[in-house]
Amino acid sequence: MMNEPLAHGAVIGIVAMAVATLMTRAAGYWLMGHIPMTRRVRRCLEILPGAIMAATIVPIVAKVGAVALLAVIVAAGSMMVRRNEFIAVGFALAAASLARAFGI
Amino acid sequence: MCGAMVPGTVVFAAAYGTLAAQKGLSLTEAVLMSALVFGGASQLVALEVWTNPLTAWTVVSLAVVTAIVNARFILMGATLRPWFGALPPWQAYAALNATVDATWLIAMRYRAEGGSDASVYAGAGLTLWVIWVTSAIPGYLLGAFIADPKRFGFDLVLIIFFAAMFVPLWRGVRRAIGWAVAGVVALAVSFVVPGWWFIVIGALAGSIAGAFIDDE
Repeated sequence: MMNEPLAHGAVIGIVAMAVATLMTRAAGYWLMGHIPMTRRVRRCLEILPGAIMAATIVPIVAKVGAVALLAVIVAAGSMMVRRNEFIAVGFALAAASLARAFGI
Repeated sequence: MCGAMVPGTVVFAAAYGTLAAQKGLSLTEAVLMSALVFGGASQLVALEVWTNPLTAWTVVSLAVVTAIVNARFILMGATLRPWFGALPPWQAYAALNATVDATWLIAMRYRAEGGSDASVYAGAGLTLWVIWVTSAIPGYLLGAFIADPKRFGFDLVLIIFFAAMFVPLWRGVRRAIGWAVAGVVALAVSFVVPGWWFIVIGALAGSIAGAFIDDE
């Protein structure tokens, strides 16, 4: 039953995402009005954004290979030199297209 | 202040639109997701989880993955309590819907400069929301017309964005221990568990490990 196609599945999926996000937007504010946030919980939430990125990047690079590694290095390197997402993404996409054009 | 966030938001939205087109979402669905969710990173990750057609299992996965990726909003919301606490609850909770990374950063700077008008928060959020929703459309149209997205590296958009966003987060090696744990655990999980659970399991393992390491 869990794996059958749903009628209006896309809309239900989007609404489920929206509700989940609403809860994250309201939860911290609500919680602070009821219990103090411990240092440990705060640290956990501080580390989470970077942890999400690392947990996404590492397995995908391992799966896709050299081109993905190149794109990631170029994007991060570009950001270190100049904090501009436009340039970083542009360079990384260009590097990946070039590498694939040369058959890497 | 708000202006500095615009180029990044436009690029991010366009990349989302491109990926949405390639994952088989209709333009309406892609725009609806941007309008209702308004959370860039979570939308990109959700597209990786997305199946065509959706099953009940996919819906559950989407909700869990979205909640995990957007869990940073919990912390941001917590920091707003001293500011919004004086407002009537309905106004405070309405303003909280403006929470994204960029709004929060703008708000923290505004507060540091002595500002206290909560409508600045809501206004910045509304502005970014409009840009976020509309910029996805040209990206979608572009994505629908490109026959071979891999040729241009568009299949790598998610990790490219994450790699770029990772750099400003850097606060020294100590904080990075949790991130290293996240990467290693996610890699191990990706070999064992099918689907995209490695992101959720890896991220949780890393942030919990990091919280305990940092506590010493």
